[in-house]
Amino acid sequence: MTEFCGLDLKHPVVNASGTFDAIAARRVYGDALLDDFPFSAFVSKTITLEPRAGNAPQRIWETPAGMINSIGLPNRGLEGFVAEDLPRLAELPAPLIVSVMATGREDFGRMVSALDGREEVAAFELNVSCPNVHSGLIVGEQPAETLALLEALRPLTARPLIVKLTPNVADPAAVAVAAEEGGADAVSLINTVKASGGPVTGGLSGPAVRPIAIAQVKAVAAAVGLPIVGMGGVCSGADAAEMIAAGATLVAVGTESFRDPRAGSRIAAELSGILERTAYPQP
Amino acid sequence: MVDSRASGGYRVFSLLDRDGPEPAPGQFYMLAAESHWEQRGGRPFLPRALSVADLSSPAARSSFVDDSPTNSERGGVQLDFLIEGVGPGTDRLCELEVGERVWLNGPLGNSFSMPRELSAGAAGAILVGGGIGIAPLAIWRKRLAAANVPARVLLGFRDERHSGGLDDLFACCEVALASDDGHVGHHGHVTDLLSAMLEGDDAKTAVVYACGPPQMLDAVAALCSSREVACELAMESPMACGYGACYGCAVPRGDGTYLRLCVDGPVVRA
Repeated sequence: MTEFCGLDLKHPVVNASGTFDAIAARRVYGDALLDDFPFSAFVSKTITLEPRAGNAPQRIWETPAGMINSIGLPNRGLEGFVAEDLPRLAELPAPLIVSVMATGREDFGRMVSALDGREEVAAFELNVSCPNVHSGLIVGEQPAETLALLEALRPLTARPLIVKLTPNVADPAAVAVAAEEGGADAVSLINTVKASGGPVTGGLSGPAVRPIAIAQVKAVAAAVGLPIVGMGGVCSGADAAEMIAAGATLVAVGTESFRDPRAGSRIAAELSGILERTAYPQP
Repeated sequence: MVDSRASGGYRVFSLLDRDGPEPAPGQFYMLAAESHWEQRGGRPFLPRALSVADLSSPAARSSFVDDSPTNSERGGVQLDFLIEGVGPGTDRLCELEVGERVWLNGPLGNSFSMPRELSAGAAGAILVGGGIGIAPLAIWRKRLAAANVPARVLLGFRDERHSGGLDDLFACCEVALASDDGHVGHHGHVTDLLSAMLEGDDAKTAVVYACGPPQMLDAVAALCSSREVACELAMESPMACGYGACYGCAVPRGDGTYLRLCVDGPVVRA
């Protein structure tokens, strides 16, 4: 078992937000998906207050050892999520972490308050890679903005707040420190790395970004005492072990699930083997 | 991989899926070579989506691993794919050798509807294919024939280098051809053939199924719309996962929203 923010998880492998649609996957693979669910906790696709259609195609572009995406957060909006998605996500054999995003503290607060009363929701992940409509600044790129957001949200819920950090800053540890000061329970990193290729400008993911993720997890782990959800190009148990060695408590699998729907289960099993082999009993 | 052969400018390769279910016409698989997946400079990184062109019992053509149990004992289904090497992913699949293992996820997506499901008065089908997009129409033509639905086949190609699959996949049926460069059949677009066919008296009782490049599908949809002929299009879109996870394969619905081609398609009603 892995303890994370008061949740007892079967293993340390979860999904990165927006890289596994459990509802669509269940439609494709049936209830077999639930028998061997790849993740110990499920992180929803980011939801916003109002529905979003997402970006116009083309949305993805393959790169060496990775891909660039510009999906644009398509989602049903808070109301649609609660009515249609939440009941189905509650059927998953894993605690639900809901990823939320808004363009201002007020809307963030509305979403957290609305979902705080739902017992299906175990924790929140705050997607702060968006501009604050009032300041025009990307919240997650500014320690002061991040601190102010956490101070606004912290009184609204007792559930764990996980701040998803962007790698597109000079000093992600400074943002992590601000999140900790504001009362965050954990941080998750990295989000995708700004990139452009072919017709797509967006975020790079996959093994191409793993060394960046390892460096940033190490830097953040050295700066804060919060548990860390480490992600970025994890494809194997060995990659996950490296992420844990860098300072992560949980490891999230993202792009690798696109290549292999069962990547989460495979990586968790490989990781378990590695950890057993390296956990020598004390003489 | 149990067989791979050149077919005009394309290749047809056959995979033995030992435990997978039988795909329906229009469905697709995500495919990647198991070894040297990321052979050159980290690409191909993602598997590639390919529609099934034909399927057969493994015994029909396979001579793969002679000392193993007989084909019928092995079971499974033999899947034929039509492919053109146009980049790192398809090039690697074109290089597959007999006996090589392939990573395969599928069958995925939806499938073609029978003509009667699309139009109550339907008496027959018109299949319109362009380039590599002829693949799903081959298995669909077979299925229609098995259901005693008359089907006429119109296929178009850019030029001789970008054509193939006829002798393999459409060997036993009459096909009307068009080519952009005039090397075979009508010198022009396959939609010219469709337009002429829809002028006929039986247009009202036909249903059109099309797969090909986006411009061809747009033209087919416009023709069918103007003649009030029911139509299904098998579409293609860049796709990372094939099972609804990545949201990469968005196709506009026309109302400002998008469908995910992998789980809402690849077959859509025009």
